[in-house]
Amino acid sequence: MDLHRRRYLVNRIALTLSLAAMAFGLVWLLWILWTTFRLGVSGLSLDLFTKMTPPPGASEPGGLANAIAGSLVMVGLGTLVGTPVGILAGVYLAEYGRFNWLGSVTRFINDVLLSAPSIVIGLFVYAVYVAQVGSFSGLAGALSLALIVVPVVVRTTENMLLLVPDSLREAVYALGAHKWQVIMKVTIRASKAGILTGILLAVARIAGETAPLLFTALSNQFWSMDLGKPMANLPVTIFKFAMSPFTDWQSLAWAGVFLITLGVLAINVAARVLFREKR
Amino acid sequence: MSAQAAAEPTGSPATETGRMAVVPPRKPEKASSAALGDVLFHNLTRAFALIALATLAGIIVSLVWAAWPSLVRYGAAFVWTSEWNPPAERFGALIPIYGTLVTSAIALVIAVPVSFGIALFLTELSPAWLRRPLGTAIELLAAIPSIVYGMWGLLVFAPIFAQSQPFLSATLGRIPLLGALFDGPPIGIGLLCAGIILAIMIIPFIAAVMRDVFEVTPAMLKESAYGVGATTWEVVWNVVLPHTRVGVIGGVMLGLGRALGETMAVTFVIGNTNFLEGVSLFLPGNSITSALANEFGEAAPGIHTAALIELGLILFVITFVVLAFSKLLLLRLAKGEGTQA
Repeated sequence: MDLHRRRYLVNRIALTLSLAAMAFGLVWLLWILWTTFRLGVSGLSLDLFTKMTPPPGASEPGGLANAIAGSLVMVGLGTLVGTPVGILAGVYLAEYGRFNWLGSVTRFINDVLLSAPSIVIGLFVYAVYVAQVGSFSGLAGALSLALIVVPVVVRTTENMLLLVPDSLREAVYALGAHKWQVIMKVTIRASKAGILTGILLAVARIAGETAPLLFTALSNQFWSMDLGKPMANLPVTIFKFAMSPFTDWQSLAWAGVFLITLGVLAINVAARVLFREKR
Repeated sequence: MSAQAAAEPTGSPATETGRMAVVPPRKPEKASSAALGDVLFHNLTRAFALIALATLAGIIVSLVWAAWPSLVRYGAAFVWTSEWNPPAERFGALIPIYGTLVTSAIALVIAVPVSFGIALFLTELSPAWLRRPLGTAIELLAAIPSIVYGMWGLLVFAPIFAQSQPFLSATLGRIPLLGALFDGPPIGIGLLCAGIILAIMIIPFIAAVMRDVFEVTPAMLKESAYGVGATTWEVVWNVVLPHTRVGVIGGVMLGLGRALGETMAVTFVIGNTNFLEGVSLFLPGNSITSALANEFGEAAPGIHTAALIELGLILFVITFVVLAFSKLLLLRLAKGEGTQA
């Protein structure tokens, strides 16, 4: 075979494989979403939102009410605590720490923490809080989620603030404004949609987090809004029920997985739409 | 001082660059509450940046402190001892470390070529109108929570995978040396299954980085290669890839960091046993993360908890090194871009 034909054959094979790789990625996505949808929808019922998680050997199938409520509380609290920390640290990186050592080091460490194993965050909160207080609690769960929120919000806040052109900052300085006024009244406002996108992505990230809750919030079979006690939550309940041999529990777990997946994907789509409108 | 400040804007071109431009001009009159606000706001944001830094120090210090009883009692032998026996208080991390490394290696072997293919497709092959939707679809793969992968892997994928394992034994299992890896009982769950699920999970991370670095390859480089008659594949393999090598390795390391630390997906499908009878990838095993997820809640306070926390410490140190290396490579690429422009 001459060189020309061989080169074109190699090209054809490589590009076909590339197409196959793309299809490979999409097949998994569609397969997972389809299974979740099919098995999740069949498990949906009003009981899911009104009944408590069933004890072992219960005659009634039960629901996930306490787990859903617990997840909402902990995700909400985690976001409330983590977001301001993340935004302020992000403001420092973009507005004060662009070139100094503290900015560079914080930026580097933050990006590493962004991908650090979430189970280690759970161990950390266990060691410094749960082991000291002596009990698992919803507050510890919210705290570990907040620690996961921070790096996500820091990264997006910094990126969004850096998109604001310096000429805008200079224009405000020229009017005689102080730096904090420039930041609070102009740059943060200009990147509001982007920062909100980051918060949404952080919520989506922690909504499905399981590993850090295993040793902090634990789980609870009953309705409890007491932050000082173990708190039920969707991910840990799904973990427990999916590993169980009971089909009732497994179908509850599928319903829970469906709710989480739906929520996470909806938030992701919302974040993308929001960010695109801004641009 | 004030004369200097006044002279500066008309002076050196350095004021044109970002560095000088963000420094606010001095306000000589009225050192009022607004100026105080400046000091307060600066220190406030700096305090929160320090909090982010302190988190890292806090994690390391607290884990070392909580793992101390185990660190002292088992010393370095902890890493290569294979026995994990809570009642007898004998702990060694070899099996979980082996499981973590093997599943991550399987994940990389599958995910790297696939991610490369996806990045190639998205940057060179895909029609422009399909680029964004397909890119988004791959990114959504990263958004799906790991517990969904885990449950799906255990209840849907593993049973189907078990049926294909005899086929793998009959084909890949015949290869000399490598064959031993694909020999064993076809039970679905195990190291190989965990590795495959991990591969699906890290594909979006590696593919996204590869796509981004491929996109920053100067168009002129590619056009020159096309101009002398190179095929698409030759352009990607001989021009784009060498140009972006550092970034590609950074992306692979990012995927590796993710794979090493992934918990729930692995816990569901790895089989969770602290015994390992052979080299076969079909065998069930344990990873650092699955050992933690399964045992930590039930571990009695004391040496068992300390040993588990030491496992977590080992995991954190390994992933930190891998992720830091990845970040350094990507920073180097970004810097290289800066000097060329």
